[in-house]
Parts: sequence; structure tokens; C-alpha cells
Amino acid sequence: MAAIFQGVGAAATLSSSPSNSFVPKKFLTSPRRSFCVPSSVVVRSDGSVNFDLNSKSRRAQQLVANAVATKADSSAASSSSNPGHELLLFEALREGLEEEMERDPCVCVMGEDVGHYGGSYKVTKDLAKKFGDLRVLDTPIAENSFTGMGIGAAMTGLRPVVEGMNMGFLLLAFNQISNNCGMLHYTSGGQFTIPIVIRGPGGVGRQLGAEHSQRLESYFQSIPGIQMVACSTPYNAKGLMKAAIRSENPVILFEHVLLYNLKERIPDEDYICNLEEAEMVRPGEHVTILTYSRMRYHVMQAAKTLVNKGYDPEVIDIRSLKPFDLYTIGNSVKKTHRVLIVEECMRTGGIGASLTAAITENFNDYLDAPIMCLSSQDVPTPYAGTLEEWTVVQPAQIVTAVEQLCQ
Amino acid sequence: MATAFSAPKFAAQPFTTISPTSQHKPLKIPTAASPFLGSTRKLLRLSSSSQLNLRRRSSGSVFAVSDVVKEKKPTPIPSLLITKEEGLELYEDMVLGRSFEDMCAQMYYRGKMFGFVHLYNGQEAVSTGFIKLLKQQDSVVSTYRDHVHALSKGVPARAVMSELFGKTTGCCRGQGGSMHMFSSEHNLIGGFAFIGEGIPVATGAAFTSKYKREVLKEADCDHVTLAFFGDGTCNNGQFFECLNMAALWKLPIVFVVENNLWAIGMSHLRATSDPQIYKKGPAFGMPGVHVDGMDVLKVREVAKEAIARARRGEGPTLVECETYRFRGHSLADPDELRDPTEKAHYAARDPITALKKYLIENNLSGEAELKAIDKKIDELLEDAVEFADESPLPPRSQLLENVFADPKGFGIGPDGRYRCEDPKFTQGTAHV
Repeated sequence: MAAIFQGVGAAATLSSSPSNSFVPKKFLTSPRRSFCVPSSVVVRSDGSVNFDLNSKSRRAQQLVANAVATKADSSAASSSSNPGHELLLFEALREGLEEEMERDPCVCVMGEDVGHYGGSYKVTKDLAKKFGDLRVLDTPIAENSFTGMGIGAAMTGLRPVVEGMNMGFLLLAFNQISNNCGMLHYTSGGQFTIPIVIRGPGGVGRQLGAEHSQRLESYFQSIPGIQMVACSTPYNAKGLMKAAIRSENPVILFEHVLLYNLKERIPDEDYICNLEEAEMVRPGEHVTILTYSRMRYHVMQAAKTLVNKGYDPEVIDIRSLKPFDLYTIGNSVKKTHRVLIVEECMRTGGIGASLTAAITENFNDYLDAPIMCLSSQDVPTPYAGTLEEWTVVQPAQIVTAVEQLCQ
Repeated sequence: MATAFSAPKFAAQPFTTISPTSQHKPLKIPTAASPFLGSTRKLLRLSSSSQLNLRRRSSGSVFAVSDVVKEKKPTPIPSLLITKEEGLELYEDMVLGRSFEDMCAQMYYRGKMFGFVHLYNGQEAVSTGFIKLLKQQDSVVSTYRDHVHALSKGVPARAVMSELFGKTTGCCRGQGGSMHMFSSEHNLIGGFAFIGEGIPVATGAAFTSKYKREVLKEADCDHVTLAFFGDGTCNNGQFFECLNMAALWKLPIVFVVENNLWAIGMSHLRATSDPQIYKKGPAFGMPGVHVDGMDVLKVREVAKEAIARARRGEGPTLVECETYRFRGHSLADPDELRDPTEKAHYAARDPITALKKYLIENNLSGEAELKAIDKKIDELLEDAVEFADESPLPPRSQLLENVFADPKGFGIGPDGRYRCEDPKFTQGTAHV
């Protein structure tokens, strides 16, 4: 049912699931327009890039309307008989969690204020009323211990979902996450599985201060034995939540404080998003932009500007922070030969740094220019709004970077 | 000085008198309350002042049980604490623990095992006293000093020895080593290298037991978890956080402190503001008990009640076992800081010798029978070493197998296939 709209060599980058997969409207421009662009159309001479501006601008005009994936649009719903339902991202997370808790009585939630309070971002609202205080457990403020408790419960048969009220608080749980969560399956010789999900909001918010604005994905990425995913839309939030809960591996799901109120129409039927796959947000020809979480939206905003200027960026939301989906990324690099990574991690040791290394290692021959990586400044996030803005990558910087890359 | 507190009397004061609301009743201290017996005079001075503290406490239930063997006068004991079968089981288990650890030391110095090896000599009464009361489905969580806990729980000596040799037939396929003994069959959930990090895992196992009973409605699920850890751990945050959570939710767990007075070279008294660890239980709303950890029968009596309490759903107990390790912290520890008189004091209270004496004096067994058990254990260990020696080392193919339960976690490679589908993956040479 998934429509293949890429040209030669493209994989099905759409999420697949055992049940019917619904193709979100973002992936289709319109059912009737052929979007397949044979890769041999633009002939590049060695050592320099020739843009055939005339043909590009025509194509660019076609793309403008779909450059930014924001507003819900009912057109693509025609490919499914079900109209779907509209909700906000935090509601999508809750829906995914609730469905999994109904499906499997071993799924439980633990964290601070997840029960009676409904979660500090309302992701677990009303779940305690429905499932009881033991299944949606309000813990004392002891991150290291309740994360360890979740790990012990996972080893003995339960499937806990541990919430960090803010991802930054999980720094206190680093001992358990590093030593136990990731390693015990291996250390025990495969005797104990740890099907735990650790989730919570992170990232730079609106003037939350340095300690509430942390990006823990860069710290956790070295831990062997865990998977990390980052959600960015209601659709993939619900899909990744469900996939993470069903996975036998420990999964860390990174949400973003500023994305909880995104609205989207999602399918009614059961679906999951593959944990290891990246998401093609906007196919293009000139440059591959790799991003995840909130930066996706800065990229798409920049894409609008870029398209108006005649560029055709391919935007991929990598979603899987560990491991990287090198197939989707590789295919894109092989097509565009230019890579820009836009991330919210710090410059040093972030996801972008690892991704740069991975791409260089695997696809160096396909690159026409060095990989550019836009990350946050190596600065503790300041409180002042203006300063905070300058620590994070802004759309204008992305536009400049693409222009530089495509010279 | 401590008054003799004979075991049967203690057994007549079971924990059943402690109800959850007892913390509001005025504290009942047996008049013979004997505080923690250390080997230094400084501690004895401390103990007299803390006795006053105990009396002033108005909440919590604290029991202190201690016995100084040499002061005990031989009085006829009306009923024995154990049957002959139980006695022999306890003896055999402790001898197995002791002999195994001695064999480990030998093997280490012969270059058969490497790294950090922490031996349990002298503390056998705690492991045997507690673990022999458990069912197979009950869980045990330990620390890096876990060989004997594994053996007491039922992990075969062969499997433990192979694991120490790093062979693929070890209980963790050679991937864990001395400090990470795991057995899903026997519900031994580790083996942890950092102190304190096993306690939350134990709390989680106890949580699962409660969850199974109350949410999954497995009404007969009364599995208990035992968490073993040392005196050094009792100054660690995870210890206190877990005491709080376990008491809060009345989890079926027993926190067993193996207080051997030393954390490598750090004396417990130099590290702890109030060295009487059992007093920390009532601060969190659970009973705190101090017991002579060199006497397996006393430990067993306390353990019976603590485990029964947990099974009944009354919540956790903190048991402080005063014990001693005859060897250094690990095989790399020169053990120069401990006072020889202190070592001699505890060597005289060797739990195996004490039990042997008890069995013979009470006509539960004879020298010949006990010697036969010693011999049986020796043969068992010879066999274990031989088995471990002959077992193969892990092959390269084992390298990547257990990193993920679902190997799709290694991700999708540039060729579009999952990396675990690469044939080199099973050879252990795949690029991941």
C-alpha cells in the first residue's frame, strides 16, 4: 500500500507495520502527479555543479506548496477509507501508551507525577484513573533508583515505561541507564531481556534555563545495547511509542518540550513506526539535510526560503539516533552528493558529530563537498531570550549553509 | 558489654508482633538489647551512648540480637532450631562456599582467572542462612562478592567456575565474569560491580512480584527478593532511596546488609556518622534488625521471620548481619590495614566451625558424616575445575550475539539490509 515515489534505488522509507500502513499526506504531493524524477536528468560536469536554473525553478514552483509539512491536509486521506482523527503530539503519545497498556497488561508506567497529576506534559493524563495507581506509578524523586527499579521490573517480566519529567533529570539515572539498562542483556549472557522504554522531554525550550534545556542524546549515544529514537510529529510520536514498547530492546524515546502541541491528523487504525528507519520529509535533488526533533521544523522553514531561491533540498528526519539508518541516508547522499546536518546537540560530541563520522566512513566517495554540521553552540543555554536564540540553529543559518554548500 | 541473648528466646519474639502501626507504639526494647559489636574500644564507647538514643526513640521498631560465643554458658536448650537434614544442608552449603572460594584463590594465582575477584570467606553464614530458606522463584540480587550467593541459590559449581575461567559454558557464557553472576533459571539477578546499583534492580524485582499479585491477579504470587550488599553501600543514595520506595509500597523485599566492617581499606566507623545500620530501617518505616552474622542459626531465625513478613505482604525488613571477611577485599588487596587482633577475634567465630560444633554437641551428626560431606565437596570442586578447564573459550561468533535481545537494534546498513542479516554478523566480524 505504501506508494513508492522515489526514483531509482530508493527504498521504501515509509514506515511499515504488520497492519495496513497509512501513507501520511506529507509523503505524497498529490496522488496524480508523478513525482518520480529519473536521476539522470541533471548532468553534472566534473568538479563543478551546474544548476539548470530554468528547469529547476519550474520544479521548484511545483514544490513550494508542499515544502513545509505543517497544516493538516485532508487530500491524501483519499488513499485510505478512514478519515483518521486530529490530535496534538502529547495526545498522540498518550494514545499510543494507552493502546499498548490495553493490549498488554505487563506494560506499566513509572515516573514523577505521572499518576494523579497526569504527567507534567499531560502525556499520562487520566491513565492512572483507568489503570490504577500501581500500573501508573507515582514515584518519589529518586531518578537513579526508580529507573533501576524499572530495569529490575523489566528483567523479571514487566514492560515498564519510565518517564523522566525532563530528560535532563535522567542524568541522575546515568548509572542505571549506562551500566544496567544497556549492558545487562550482554553481561548475563542473554539470560535477561530489558524491554524498558525511557522517555521524556528534552531540548531547548523557551527560556527554561541551562539545566532544563539539555540534549541527553549526545551523552547516551555511546551506551552499547540501547536504541535511541526521537519523535517529531504526532504520527511518528505515536508510532515510535508503540514500537518502543513492543521492542525487546531497551529504547530511549526523546521528545521535545516545544513540540507537544503540534497538531496533525493521524490514522485510526493500529500502526507502528519502525524504530530503525529514518523518515523522508521532503524529497529533493540538490542537498541532503539530515535533522531530527525540533530542528526538523527549522529546516522546513528554511526549505521554504530555499525553494524560493531555487534550491531543491532533500530533508530527512533521521528519527533513529542510534542506530543510524544508513540506507535512507546513503541513498540520499548518493543522489545529492552534499550533506548538511542540522541538530540541536552541542557542537562537541553530539549526534551530528557521530553522523558526520558515519557518513564520511561509508559514503566518502559520493561526497562533492565536505559535510556541514550545524549544531548548537557549546554554551550552557542562557536564560535571556536573545542569547538563547543564538545558541540554537536558526532557519537563516540553514539557508546560508545550503547556499555555501551548493556553490 | 553485650549480654548473652540465646537463640530460642529470640525465636519466641517473632516479628509478628510488629504490625505496620507499631511504629506509633512506644518502643519495646528487650532489656538485653546489645548494640553493634565491633572490635574497637571506640565503638563500645559509642554503643553505650547510642543505647540512650534507642530508648528515647518513640517510633519504629528496632531489635538488636547479638551473641558473644565465648561468653555463653552451656545451658540445656529445650528445643533445637534445626533438624538433622536442615543442619547437614546448611553445613554442606557453607563448606561448598568456603571450599569454592579457596579454590578460586588457588586458580587465580595459577593464572586461570583474571581481573577483580572478591572472595566471601567468613561470611558464609549470611548467604546460607538466608538463601537456603528461599524457593526457586524467589530472587536474589548481590554485589561483586557474589560467587557464594550464586552457589547457595543453586547455580551449579561447574557453571560458576567456568564463568570465572571465562569459558563459554559459564553461567553467563563467559561474558559476565566474577562480578556479574546471573542465572534466570535460579532467579539470580546479578552480580553488580558498582555498589548500590543492584538495590534498585532488587526493588524492581520485588515490584514485579507485587504487580503480578495485584494487577495480573496471580493470587499465589508471593515471590520474595533478597538484596545483599555491604556496609559501604549503606552510605550510598540508592540504598536510602530504595528503603523509602520499598517501605512506601510495601514491597516483598529483604535488605540484607553484610556488615564486614571494611570497605576495602575504609573502616565502617570512619565512613559512617552513625555506624548502627539497622537503626536506619525504622527511619523509613520498616523494622531494623541486627544479628550476629557469624552464626548461621541466628541468621536463619531472623531470615525466616523477615522473609515470612515479606511473603505475607507486610513489606520490607532491613537486616544488618555483623560478619567478617577472612581474606582481603579482593585477591589484589594486600589487606594491611586490618588489625590482626580483630582478624583473630572473628576467626575464632568461624561460622563453619560453630555449626559443626553445634551439630556434634546436639547429636545431630558426627565427625565422620561431616568429613564425608567435606570430601564430597572437594570432589565436586575438582570436577568443577576440570570441567571449566576443558570447556572451550568463547568463539568470535559470540561477540555480537547478546548485545541486543532483538538484533535489529544494530540498525540498517548502507546496503538496505539489517546489519544482523549480514553473514559476518554470526561470525562476529560484521561492522556494526
